[in-house]
Amino acid sequence: MNSDNKAAGTGLSVEDPFAAAFAEDDVHGRSLWVDAWHRLLKNKAAVVSGIIMGIMLLLVLAGPMLLPWEGDFTDWDNTLSPPSLETKHWFGTDAVGRDILVRTLEGGRISLLVGLVATLVSLVIGVTYGAVAGYYGGMTDRVMMRIVDIVYALPFMFFVILLMVVFGRHIVLIFVAIGAVNWLDMARIVRGQTLSLKNMEFVEAARACGVDHHSIIRRHIIPNLLGVVIVYVTLTIPQVILVESFLSFLGLGVQEPMSSWGALVNDGAQDMESAPWTLVFPAMFLTVTLYCFNYIGDGMRDALDPKDHL
Amino acid sequence: MRQEGVLRHAAMRFLGLIPTLLVLITIAFFLIRMAPGGPFDGEKILPPEIRANLDASYHLDEPLLQQYFRYLGQIITGDFGPSFQYKDWTVNELIARGFPVSATVGGLAIVLAFVLGTLIGTIAALRQNTAVDYSVMGVAMLGISIPNFVVAPLLILGVAVYAGWLPAGGWDGSWQRMVLPVITLALPAIAYIARLTRGSMIEVLHSNYIRTARAKGLPERLVILRHALRPAILPVISYMGPATAALITGSVVIERIYSIPGLGSYFVQGALNRDYTLVMGVVVFYGIVIIVLNFIVDLLYAWLNPRIRYDEAQ
Repeated sequence: MNSDNKAAGTGLSVEDPFAAAFAEDDVHGRSLWVDAWHRLLKNKAAVVSGIIMGIMLLLVLAGPMLLPWEGDFTDWDNTLSPPSLETKHWFGTDAVGRDILVRTLEGGRISLLVGLVATLVSLVIGVTYGAVAGYYGGMTDRVMMRIVDIVYALPFMFFVILLMVVFGRHIVLIFVAIGAVNWLDMARIVRGQTLSLKNMEFVEAARACGVDHHSIIRRHIIPNLLGVVIVYVTLTIPQVILVESFLSFLGLGVQEPMSSWGALVNDGAQDMESAPWTLVFPAMFLTVTLYCFNYIGDGMRDALDPKDHL
Repeated sequence: MRQEGVLRHAAMRFLGLIPTLLVLITIAFFLIRMAPGGPFDGEKILPPEIRANLDASYHLDEPLLQQYFRYLGQIITGDFGPSFQYKDWTVNELIARGFPVSATVGGLAIVLAFVLGTLIGTIAALRQNTAVDYSVMGVAMLGISIPNFVVAPLLILGVAVYAGWLPAGGWDGSWQRMVLPVITLALPAIAYIARLTRGSMIEVLHSNYIRTARAKGLPERLVILRHALRPAILPVISYMGPATAALITGSVVIERIYSIPGLGSYFVQGALNRDYTLVMGVVVFYGIVIIVLNFIVDLLYAWLNPRIRYDEAQ
């Protein structure tokens, strides 16, 4: 009764700014996500990169169907022929007369697919591992993070190369191998965030309501990690594409007749002195993609995670 | 007091390296052994008796676990064993032959990356949000985005084949043959260090003690060199550990493209030919190099950063 009175007494002066603030909120309806979205749209480099990647995705998906050549068709009349409109090989052909444009677009499908799937693998492992370590804390956390530290100090690329040599060059294996070595950063970031999240009131409330650990991690912790995770995913995709192309370049990645940008660059490097187009076009597609993803990732970080700049 | 703390920290860290190395050896050992085929599965099939003798002389007929412990005992003495693929060579000899070459290219690349990266980053920070800043950082992003196996053939094509200024590959220890590999290897690191330096330099330049230094009338050059640079390159120092690891693995590709007889090329060939001892030798050797370098970087960081005092942390 007494406190009610007090609140009513001071209410008049306090209520106005609050009401104004709420009214404003209703008009704009700005959540954290909308805010971040607006910040992202102001970042010209990120927006342009996003548009280019959209076009790239369309090209890669629809392009091969619209072009007059099949990826494995060998045009023996035109081997290593330069780009020309007459032969309808707009990007030229390789040493066995395959059309570089179709090969590049089809290779792009594989490169982008590996980028997405391997990132997903690292995402699942990293988020689960980090969330568990951060949430349980104590001894569990110390042991789990010590393992991450140890694995972190290992030369990864050697392990990926060994994995490919051991298990053969199957595409599913590429997803798993690359994903399995890329989850460490994700686990560290997620753990740090979870540590700060788990002491917040809403988690305590859930615990007080009798929600079990598993559900708290799944329903309350992980959804709140989304911002950081999205930023990190966009930055991981180009890394993964790079690793795959690195492997394919060494001849350890995807196998013929499948191709990827890395494999095409490798093929192109063999013939580059007589036919530079076999190198330049796939290299260009690969570089543009990595460039755009890096800018999008940078933009996302600025938009979603304003504190943590590079 | 402080010396003692640093020493104790160094000793603790050094002991902590042993499990890392053990994990590295274990994973690599069992991984390569799981690979189908063995070092003696060549084109011609060996008569069973010869095969059995070969296996026995290299202890390949023992149970895997026994071989593993034999290997551990062997490398503690610093002996990596004989190579399967290069007859008459021990792995130690191959490493002694290949590593100086890789280290020359890698070392020059990291020095180049450090000097150019910090310089470029500092310039961009001083001209923050100008055309200079944007273009420099755009180029830096390109440096991060272009894979070195794309840069290398393009450089060979442009500089060696068309212009004819430098040789396209090979190795004889002359500087002409080092220029292209070193530049190729350094480019991504230059770009990354430039971004790191720019970010931290901007933060440092907004701090109070820089304002003080300027207020007391120090010339801008001295403000940067004496006051801003040291704290600003701290993130770069902690990046140097991962950077060397990246340079080492990156050199696998660079050595192949420029036909440089370094360790990286031995590794890939060794893995494909199931040269167990050579693969293990390179992995363990590079593992030690990376771990030791990380360790040095750690100490360097503590020495440069006045806020870290190991005796207080105890």
